[in-house]
Amino acid sequence: MDALALEASGKKANAAAVPAPVPSQAPVKRKPAKKAKKAVVFFEVEILDAKTKDKLCFLDKVEPNATIGEIKSMFHKSHPQFYPARQSIRLDPKGKSLKDEEVLQHLPVGTTATFYFRDLGAQISWVTVFLTEYTGPLVIYLLFYFRVPFIYAPKYDFTTSKHWVVHLACMCHSFHYVKRLLETLFVHRFSHGTMPLRNIFKNCTYYWGFAAWMAYYINHPLYTPPIYGEQQIRLALIIFLFCQFGNFSIHIALRNLRPPGSKTRKIPYPTKNPFTWIFLLVSCPNYTYELGSWLGFTLMTQCLPVAFFTLVGFIQMTVWAKGKHRSYLKEFRDYPPLRSPILPFVL
Amino acid sequence: MSAAAPGTSKAAHGDVAPKKKKGPGALATAYLVIYNVVMTAGWLVIAVGLVRAYLARGSYHGLYYSIEKPLKFFQTGAILEVRKHKCPKHTNESRIVPSSVVLTGFQVMSRVFLTWAVTHSVREVQSEDSVLLFVTAWTVTEIIRYSFYTFSLLNHLPYLIKWARYTFFIVLYPMGVTGELLTIYAALPYVQKTGLYSVTLPNKYNFSFDYYTFLILIMFSYIPLFPQLYFHMIRQRKKVLGHAEDYSKVE
Repeated sequence: MDALALEASGKKANAAAVPAPVPSQAPVKRKPAKKAKKAVVFFEVEILDAKTKDKLCFLDKVEPNATIGEIKSMFHKSHPQFYPARQSIRLDPKGKSLKDEEVLQHLPVGTTATFYFRDLGAQISWVTVFLTEYTGPLVIYLLFYFRVPFIYAPKYDFTTSKHWVVHLACMCHSFHYVKRLLETLFVHRFSHGTMPLRNIFKNCTYYWGFAAWMAYYINHPLYTPPIYGEQQIRLALIIFLFCQFGNFSIHIALRNLRPPGSKTRKIPYPTKNPFTWIFLLVSCPNYTYELGSWLGFTLMTQCLPVAFFTLVGFIQMTVWAKGKHRSYLKEFRDYPPLRSPILPFVL
Repeated sequence: MSAAAPGTSKAAHGDVAPKKKKGPGALATAYLVIYNVVMTAGWLVIAVGLVRAYLARGSYHGLYYSIEKPLKFFQTGAILEVRKHKCPKHTNESRIVPSSVVLTGFQVMSRVFLTWAVTHSVREVQSEDSVLLFVTAWTVTEIIRYSFYTFSLLNHLPYLIKWARYTFFIVLYPMGVTGELLTIYAALPYVQKTGLYSVTLPNKYNFSFDYYTFLILIMFSYIPLFPQLYFHMIRQRKKVLGHAEDYSKVE
């Protein structure tokens, strides 16, 4: 019994789903079987539709230490249209989805396990969504910056603005989205591989739409530069760059919390980098810095649509930050009490 | 996902109760009953006002002015109905399905928009017959709807009211929409001429807004939205008024 538990926990720590061959310290060696067990108690797994309760799939001779991920693969074989990423397997039709890493024998099921299946719909990878939604604003803003035809009056086609803040704004905006693209490719470690397909349309509409709206006014021939001129622009630029670097530092810190290929969750703490010291006060400082960047950009351009974009983004990020904060509190007993979700002491 | 509504459930136009109504607390019920009675009375006042004005003047023309104030008051008051499903006890819809909040919210917002941002704001359209068209449609609809809620809350819903609620819309809805669209259309030239609610460049906020274009977009938005709402009501009608064999899985 102990050997089994040891074995199973050893496997869990590796986050590897495949049952390993005999570990070297198997104490019971009845037969030279795949696992050192007295007798292998296979499980039977039946999968029912969560809504109709129809029996969709029956798997017998399932290894006790099979993971949900493996069960999903087996289900996929009998239902090829439901690739694992779009399967939600749960113990209760209305319950939470079981994670891929969960092991069959550690679930509160008998030797005949009943699971409920829900189709999550067509899925698309996070990376694909991020790359698409961030490339749009980059390109679209530049179209407005270069004043391609059919946007402004024809006499302005391919002209450039006479205000240097407009050039600066273009550089900042472009820098921001290039940074995001590079982070998506090289920095972020995603918990989930995929999200529902319809999200890409929703997200792209949001990012691309707002980018076009902002860019239209900033690059307009009748654009009015900030009232307080150079002072305002300089301050705004400092805020913007400070927050860009802060945001990047947080992304790096979060990445380093998580070994490659893993999905572990740990409490983030301040590191040697001063930009991460904000972790003392805030759970999701990446959002805090993001807000700061856009406030800087609003100040720099003095453009109401940019202010709207900042506001809407802030509302969305606050929702996310509160959710993240709540799940941190739930998962970790010793979570630092001083922290707020997104704004120190305030929100 | 939702079963057919039993006859006396508080099924609103936007949703169907999966079980028999759970019943909010006594205080919440009292509040709702008062609210619905007041609203029924309010729209009756408007109806009576319209009839009296018509009889007094002898024509349909310009009846808007006789009911302008109660119309604004009671239509705007409907904003109180738009609550998130987190507090079902205090809403008319006792089992809120998320889509219903969107539908209710959208409906009320479009009514309030028509009342204030079009009819009130553009004086020239107030004497248009299209205004009478949508005001009549709204009045009849609301009298039936609020009495439906009132009776439901008191557990004494006459079948006639339920039937009326789920049948009259078939005519009233298109009638109201026609009135609304014609009114917006009539407002367009005045909005363009006066630049009502519009902001032009250059200005220090680097922002612009063209109310004329906005109204045109609103008119176009009726094309995808109105059929959805209409067919949603038709589906609700089948479920609420239909027989056991007509129960069908919805949404």
